[in-house]
Amino acid sequence: MARSVHTLTIPSSTRYLEDVRRFVEQHAIEANFETKDVGELKIAVDEACSNVIEHAYRGNDENDIDVDIIVKPDRFTVRIRDRGRSFEQSEYEEPNIFEFANQGRAGGFGVQIMRRLMDHVEYRKRGNTNECCLTKYR
Amino acid sequence: MSNFSVGFRTSGSVQVLELNGELDAHTASELEAAIQKCIPSSVRIVINGQNLQYISSAGLGVFMAYIEDVREQGGDIKIAELQPRVFNVFDLLGFPMLFDIVDSEADAVARFETASSQ
Repeated sequence: MARSVHTLTIPSSTRYLEDVRRFVEQHAIEANFETKDVGELKIAVDEACSNVIEHAYRGNDENDIDVDIIVKPDRFTVRIRDRGRSFEQSEYEEPNIFEFANQGRAGGFGVQIMRRLMDHVEYRKRGNTNECCLTKYR
Repeated sequence: MSNFSVGFRTSGSVQVLELNGELDAHTASELEAAIQKCIPSSVRIVINGQNLQYISSAGLGVFMAYIEDVREQGGDIKIAELQPRVFNVFDLLGFPMLFDIVDSEADAVARFETASSQ
């Protein structure tokens, strides 16, 4: 199977997360991934886009998020690009659910979900553009 | 148009919230509003997830935000009837160590009744 690329651009609002999930689902099914893998790709991409909306753009819905799917014979990669604040991996600590519950904290699990469900998660910065690449191998 | 809704029922002294659809960062505020609506009258809450098709960390975070508050008031949020793919997300983050997650709504309600008779 040759390499194929599919592109979706959404406004930076949570109301479009469902559209992103459908987009990923459609192409993952077309690429013959198993149901479990399709579900894992959907949630990982949802988490990445949710983080961009909340942290990179701080809830401002007047920006764009580019979601590109790159399908190769051995892998399915989703590249999420934004032009907001960068995610500082060095400042990230994996959350402890008991501490978070005691503090009544509602967020902070997205990166953990992405790392556990994907085979490879990579953050890059190119000029003023942030990229998060999520890859699942066959 | 949101593809998520919450239905309210009572079972004895227990407030049952039936979740329908997809719970994500867009719809999590609806679950939060539903839990806030329950708390003044009952901190015995059962979440019925039979018709919950999807959950992301934003949805899990709502349970996280309220669990200690509800337990401090002598109640609990018990979670029942999750579909396997939704349970897997809870399990991925270790939520079964923190939350009482059971197979059926009847089991969840019974656990409140057992607790109050002890």
